[in-house]
Amino acid sequence: MTAAGAAALVRLEGVGKRFDNGTVALAGLDLALHRGEFLSILGPSGCGKTTALRLIAGLAQPSAGRVAWAAPPAQGGAREALGFVFQEPTLLPWRTARGNVALPLILAGAGRAEARARAQAALASVGLESACGMFSRQLSGGMRMRVSIARALVTRPALLLMDEPFAALDEITRERLNADLLRLWHERALSVAFVTHSVYESVFLSSRVVVMARGPGRVAAEIAVPAPYPRTESFRTSSVYAQTCQRVSAALRRAMGEGA
Amino acid sequence: MKAALRLAGAPAILGLAVLLLWQAAVRVLRVPDYILPGPAAILAALWRDGGTLFASLLVTLAIALAALAAAIIGGAGLAILFAQSKWLERALFPYAVILQVTPIIAIAPLILIYVPSTEAALLICATIVAFFPVLVGTTTGLNAADHNMLDLMALYRARRWQVLWYLRLPAALPHFLAGVRIAGGLALIGAVVAEFAAGTAAGGSGLAWRILESSYRLDLPRMYAALFLLSFAGVLIFALLSLASWLLLHRWHDSAARREP
Repeated sequence: MTAAGAAALVRLEGVGKRFDNGTVALAGLDLALHRGEFLSILGPSGCGKTTALRLIAGLAQPSAGRVAWAAPPAQGGAREALGFVFQEPTLLPWRTARGNVALPLILAGAGRAEARARAQAALASVGLESACGMFSRQLSGGMRMRVSIARALVTRPALLLMDEPFAALDEITRERLNADLLRLWHERALSVAFVTHSVYESVFLSSRVVVMARGPGRVAAEIAVPAPYPRTESFRTSSVYAQTCQRVSAALRRAMGEGA
Repeated sequence: MKAALRLAGAPAILGLAVLLLWQAAVRVLRVPDYILPGPAAILAALWRDGGTLFASLLVTLAIALAALAAAIIGGAGLAILFAQSKWLERALFPYAVILQVTPIIAIAPLILIYVPSTEAALLICATIVAFFPVLVGTTTGLNAADHNMLDLMALYRARRWQVLWYLRLPAALPHFLAGVRIAGGLALIGAVVAEFAAGTAAGGSGLAWRILESSYRLDLPRMYAALFLLSFAGVLIFALLSLASWLLLHRWHDSAARREP
């Protein structure tokens, strides 16, 4: 399921981003996300990881360069259908879990019955069929994040963008969600761009890790993870895993200016 | 039920003790009714003049509730307009503040001169007093929508009305309801103040007029009885609005939801 050599789904070409306050978040960023790939973006705080995701999602516009999609603009616009999972679950507290998951469909004009049924199916795919009628405040942190993932998947996107989604979760919940995410990625033939601070998480999940440096944000290193899918918990104790973690750690330290 | 009793128990016991002490004090000290009537005299006045006072209460209440409705429609409507246009908000908000900080008792005579119908003038006065908390509450709420949630709406290419309907309005609801609860009390205050300003022009029908009339006659038990009815009406309005707020929020908002022990 690795995507080496596959066509780029979206490509950031010489992308720069300067904010209104003068901060330069990104400069000359070249980054390609391939179809079917699981790409992790790793880097120190402030290196522009989130900004890069927001640019791909169209939530911000580049100041320089361009975001190029594989699909020609004639085919229903340049942007592919995508899902976005924020660092916070970002659930509307006045809607139930099902109401939250159904929202993207309702916004797109789907009928209530169809939205409801698809939301229910999406919740079932993340193991939350029993929590359909619960409100955000009645759910645990891990359950909220699952609802958030179900919402991102309900529109059946080709691309899933995830911005440190598991940062606030405990280790066990995080590992469970890692495994669930890999299953969903495989089942739905998704392309995933996953921003994280965790070297271990990035290596466990990805087929390729991009390490970014800051001041301004740019790609410092690209490291392929030479391990096949499916990956199970035993992968975490393999020598390939340990060696790749070491390489990614060293690249991260270099990107932070600390030397290997 | 047990919790409700516990909640109401302390103030009820305190209130009863104060009433008993008050009654004992006026009797022992032989204070005449035209200086300070005891609770028994007030109760007698309430019994004797209950019909008249209650009819007057309904008149004042009708003005207060109509003013509250107008304040809700006007305040929330204006806040929604503000949310659509920052320019409009910048242009109009200072005037709303000016209207709010100018004492209604000073504006009421002018309104009574310009507006031909006294009822309409009373309604306008009470609305002016009540409308500001609704406007501020709703404006704050509409602007309080989480940025990530706005991003989510942008991601799914939500239309302007969808952002308003699915995000901004529900997010504003707790702030709006807090404003409405304050506005409920203020509408009653506004109605009474306007009736005082109108004096005899108000047709001698509202509760404020009954208080004025009783003061001219030094009928203090009746004044207190009218005052009691006003306070009771104010508490009732607040309680009903609090109940409505709880019904709308308790399932999802922390301000109304019960914490698990």
